Amino acid sequence: MAAKKDKQFDPVETLHAIEDKFEMFQILNEEGKIVNEDANPNLSDDQLVELMTRMVYTRILDQRSISLNRQGRLGFYAPTAGQEASQLASHFALETEDFILPGYRDVPQMLFHGLPLAKAFLWSRGHYEGGAIPEGVNVFPPQIIIGAQYIQAAGIALGFQKRGTKAVAMTYTGDGGTSQGDFYEGINFAGAYRSPAIFIIQNNQYAISTPRELQTAAKTLAQKGIAAGIPSILVDGMDPLAVYAVTRDARERAINGEGPTLIETMCYRYGPHTMAGDDPTRYRTSDTDNEWEKRDPLIRFRTYLETKGIWNEEKENAVIERAKEEIKEAIKEADAAPKQKVSDFINIMYKGELPFNLQEQLAIYTEKESK
Amino acid sequence: MAQMTMIQAITDAMRSELKNDENVLVFGEDVGNNGGVFRATEGLQKEFGVDRVFDTPLAESGIGGLAIGLSFTGFRPVMEVQFFGFIYEVIDSVSGQLARMQFRSAGRFNAPVTIRSPFGGGVATPEMHADSLEGLVASQPGIKVVIPSTPYDAKGLLISAIRDENPVVFLEHMKLYRSFRQEVPEESYTIPLGKADVKREGTDLSIFTYGAMVHESLKAAEELEKEGHSVEVVDLRTIQPLDIETIIASVEKTNRAIVVQEAQKQAGIAANVVAEITERAILSLEAPVLRVAAPDTIYPFAQGENAWLPGVKDIVETAKKVLTF
Repeated sequence: MAAKKDKQFDPVETLHAIEDKFEMFQILNEEGKIVNEDANPNLSDDQLVELMTRMVYTRILDQRSISLNRQGRLGFYAPTAGQEASQLASHFALETEDFILPGYRDVPQMLFHGLPLAKAFLWSRGHYEGGAIPEGVNVFPPQIIIGAQYIQAAGIALGFQKRGTKAVAMTYTGDGGTSQGDFYEGINFAGAYRSPAIFIIQNNQYAISTPRELQTAAKTLAQKGIAAGIPSILVDGMDPLAVYAVTRDARERAINGEGPTLIETMCYRYGPHTMAGDDPTRYRTSDTDNEWEKRDPLIRFRTYLETKGIWNEEKENAVIERAKEEIKEAIKEADAAPKQKVSDFINIMYKGELPFNLQEQLAIYTEKESK
Repeated sequence: MAQMTMIQAITDAMRSELKNDENVLVFGEDVGNNGGVFRATEGLQKEFGVDRVFDTPLAESGIGGLAIGLSFTGFRPVMEVQFFGFIYEVIDSVSGQLARMQFRSAGRFNAPVTIRSPFGGGVATPEMHADSLEGLVASQPGIKVVIPSTPYDAKGLLISAIRDENPVVFLEHMKLYRSFRQEVPEESYTIPLGKADVKREGTDLSIFTYGAMVHESLKAAEELEKEGHSVEVVDLRTIQPLDIETIIASVEKTNRAIVVQEAQKQAGIAANVVAEITERAILSLEAPVLRVAAPDTIYPFAQGENAWLPGVKDIVETAKKVLTF
């Protein structure tokens, strides 16, 4: 008996139909032209200039951080060039009361959320003062365990929801991070409770060396949100206007009680994974690098702002000079941090009274350190 | 005063703290309407509402992440890991994240999270339910680990754990949940963490133990008494940090000691207790400090467990070796 194929559920067709819906959302194209006027978030001139300022500042910070690392003046550093729109335009949609759970590459968002630059440098060096986030700055030190920040974001979002706070928890991971169990648990928990969370996947194409295609059979990473039952979108991560617009919408839904959103920002990191010996020429070609550099977020945004007559070389140079100056100052400040003692480490282990073993060890180290 | 089983005392402690502090939240798999698989949270959702006592999706790691995030927003989470054998699924949240929050943020963020979880052998559970994995968390700096052996201790220690500003793993031996009743005050009271309790005084030998083995040790002490040996049984109650003062005072009195644990010899906390005694009181010792522990194999569940678990006979035998050394 022949099967009545047309009436059967076709899992292959259904999969393709869903995947095909995940087209990359774009507002500002590579040439700096608005291609989707309806979706234009219509930022004010001041806001556009501020966002450009932050991206230029971050590009300079990246260059300086790489060179400071090579000089041995910084420790762990994960380069950010190429991801400025993905990082800073998403953050641009947040308010001070929102909480950020960053991955280790997401230091720029922390800075613009209020973290002093000297703290970021101290964290890079492995000084405990680097993790001492000032009161009122709603960020946690960068997460090292990939995926852990996703489940914690679900927790903060649930906390905001229970307190009736009109704020969101926003967290970042990369393409590789979407393979972690915690990625699924995080989006699933937030979805189940309809909590105000924004989950960002910065798809920079490589998890250290492993290409995006090896992470998953899924055509897009954004579609992973569908299984969790949450709104999900794929956006051009090198288009600041598109990244801003989708994050702003996600935030609005979240604080209106409509639950979390998953955003995949399609981008590229120009530099190595970190400065600890990664060599991208082992897994990428310069052709690929060049292809992506043509889509650079700074180039297209600069063109757009210059066409509007609100940006020029003079303004850009002023930002560059200010960045260099502030970096120099922050390094000085970081250099002035007190030398770390074992007794300091013991004292920050517990809140309140130290347990017996540490009291004893504190006495021993305090004695040693007084000599 | 009321006669309570340990599980009733545990429920009572959570009820007391849910009343005492509106930031206390109780959550985990099946803890809401169902009241938990052991009924530890029986009636709490009805009394305090779904906002404060709630079910989670079935994912231990997610539950740990939830607890961390909730503590960022000022809550005092009491999360349940349905069986401690499932701890591997959430070990990053516990040892990798919670234990380090205070340190990583140099004091900006602390984690007043209590992780309750049933464990322990002798009740014929399936695989991966009964293992004594307390050593796994006790070896992680930043976490306190509490294991009560009586209803009275369970209530006072759990209230202290919930009020503690640091992460506390609170392990509940399944065999003790309903094995006996005890007078437990209805009002709230605390028992300080890090303080052992001398459950039986004696002068010839000290037994240091915790959890269900406290009761096995007490039985062994009775048998030994018939043969003229006066045995002291010290219930550690908190295995991290250890109550060194009480341990050493007991050894200095009896000059002989054994350590009894349900965990395998290579696991648990017994080796730490022995090390502390040799470092601090070796000149008080008349004999080596021996251990009674399970063999270093994988936990053989259900039918296999009774042949494997340490018991009164093993304790008496080891005690005699030390007493006659």
